[in-house]
Amino acid sequence: MSDLHALYQEVILDHSKRPHNFRPMADPSRTAQGYNPLCGDKVTLFVRLDGDRVADVSFQGSGCAISTASASLLTETVKGKTLAEVESIFAGFHDLVTGKAPRDGQGPALGKLAVFSGVSEFPVRVKCATLVWHTLRNALRGGEEVATTE
Amino acid sequence: MAVTSEVAKPRAGIATRSAFDVARVREDFPILKEKVHGKPLVYFDNAATAQKPRQVLEAEQNFYLRLCSNVHRGVHWLSERATQAYEDTRVKAQRFLNASESREIIFVRGATEAINLVAGTYGRKNVQVGDEIVISAMEHHSNIVPWQMLCEEKGARLRVAPINDRGELILEEFEKLLGPRTRLVAVTHVSNVLGTINPVQEIIAMAHRQGIPVLLDGAQGAVHLKVDVRELDCDFYTFSGHKLFGPTGIGVLYGKARLLEAMPPYHGGGDMISSVSFEKTLYNVIPYKFEAGTPNIAGTLGLGAAIDYLGGLGQENLLRYEEELLAYTTEALAGIPELRIIGTARQKAPVISFVLNGLHPHDVGTVLDQEGIAVRTGHHCAQPLMDRFGVPATTRASLAFYNTLEEVDRLIKGLHKVREILG
Ligand SMILES: Cc1ncc(COP(=O)(O)O)c(C=O)c1O
Repeated sequence: MSDLHALYQEVILDHSKRPHNFRPMADPSRTAQGYNPLCGDKVTLFVRLDGDRVADVSFQGSGCAISTASASLLTETVKGKTLAEVESIFAGFHDLVTGKAPRDGQGPALGKLAVFSGVSEFPVRVKCATLVWHTLRNALRGGEEVATTE
Repeated sequence: MAVTSEVAKPRAGIATRSAFDVARVREDFPILKEKVHGKPLVYFDNAATAQKPRQVLEAEQNFYLRLCSNVHRGVHWLSERATQAYEDTRVKAQRFLNASESREIIFVRGATEAINLVAGTYGRKNVQVGDEIVISAMEHHSNIVPWQMLCEEKGARLRVAPINDRGELILEEFEKLLGPRTRLVAVTHVSNVLGTINPVQEIIAMAHRQGIPVLLDGAQGAVHLKVDVRELDCDFYTFSGHKLFGPTGIGVLYGKARLLEAMPPYHGGGDMISSVSFEKTLYNVIPYKFEAGTPNIAGTLGLGAAIDYLGGLGQENLLRYEEELLAYTTEALAGIPELRIIGTARQKAPVISFVLNGLHPHDVGTVLDQEGIAVRTGHHCAQPLMDRFGVPATTRASLAFYNTLEEVDRLIKGLHKVREILG
């Protein structure tokens, strides 16, 4: 598989064109915004917590295929997870896209997120994949600041 | 597009109509032989920074190898030679812009610093509460933010002249913004996103009828047009060396001597003074009043070499060839399904922004990069302009005289690949 096809896998293109959980939320416990000044990607994330569990999560915004797919797959992945589980998934995801984890997505169970393994060959695109994750962590910390990739 | 219809569809590989030997010119630019991802580099990001001919690199190196010393500070041989070379470049820049006197040429880091200089000196002195500065909707952030900062400090107001859907300034609306409170008009000569060539002659005439001075941001204009500041009668003109095939970190601010003399200095320090005591400092004459500290001497000499280089090729030849490149590219892009060009002004330089329906420019740029094609994607430091056209970002191909029709063909092939991969 060429690097480009590894980056733009079917699953990623599908999620970028038809993102899941792409909606505002009426009664979020937390919201946070993320912004990537380099390419203008903007994301707003809505989270409803039930104790220390993510009961619901959704997003809005505009961005490139990688950032939109990453947001879409994030919402699928973290729904129902505890805050500690979210942290450990993020750590594994970060290693994957920065090339610190094996490319086959082995290691921590990342499930569908393994489709982002191709990002590691494109260092300038790492931020596109991680923006929404930084935004999520800000939201969970209850911070007001806008997550940026800088 | 007016130019497009006149072009007899030049084909790749076939000699172009203009008497301009692009193959020979490319020999002067070592970087054009580089490979990117195993493919010959196609450099279409010239509006961000242009490549440098060997002559510029040699001039910079020559300074460090043979002339290195400070300017305006020594009686020794080296310093005298360096000072002479530095001041010779001022005369080259004067001739390049057709300014009346070399003391109207101030060396700065680039267009950004030049605009900040005018805002920080002319602006701070002349703008008061309730006054207004007029810019246009197609400005680069560097011709927006310094004025916003000034307005905030002074309680003045920034007025923005609108553009039409082609990306042309609406002159009637522009004129309505001018009034007794307008202290300065600051507009771009050529848009770095849309390629629009502004009707600066009319703009200046309208402003001058009301006694308002005009600053032209020539960061792109000086590259794509023949500039004559006396004929234009603009009050300030600025450009960056690095976009004009010269080094980074050097640029020019032209100002009418009468205005420069009345302006307070910008930075304080060495060279900008005529005498200093702890009680009182007397400032130097122009241009030195605005050149505090040791300047970018090597960069200045590199800029001089770039100006000489362009002169040697003949600017008319270059501009004619650029028109041909623009027409060819515009027509070729029209053949890509669902591609929309942002900026279709009737007067246009070879700076071409576009969007592909449903595809984000960042993804387009990544695929093109894999083909060895360097384009800019993003908001191009012109976020308000992106909002005007309702797009978050565009892909921009900005061409220079060393680009070829074959390279344009590679862009078109690359865009077909983009559609195939991102579907
Ligand atoms: C129209 C315009 N103005 C100003 C600038 C700023 O130039 P510099 O970054 O060289 O100071 C640019 C460069 O991108 C430009 O295109």
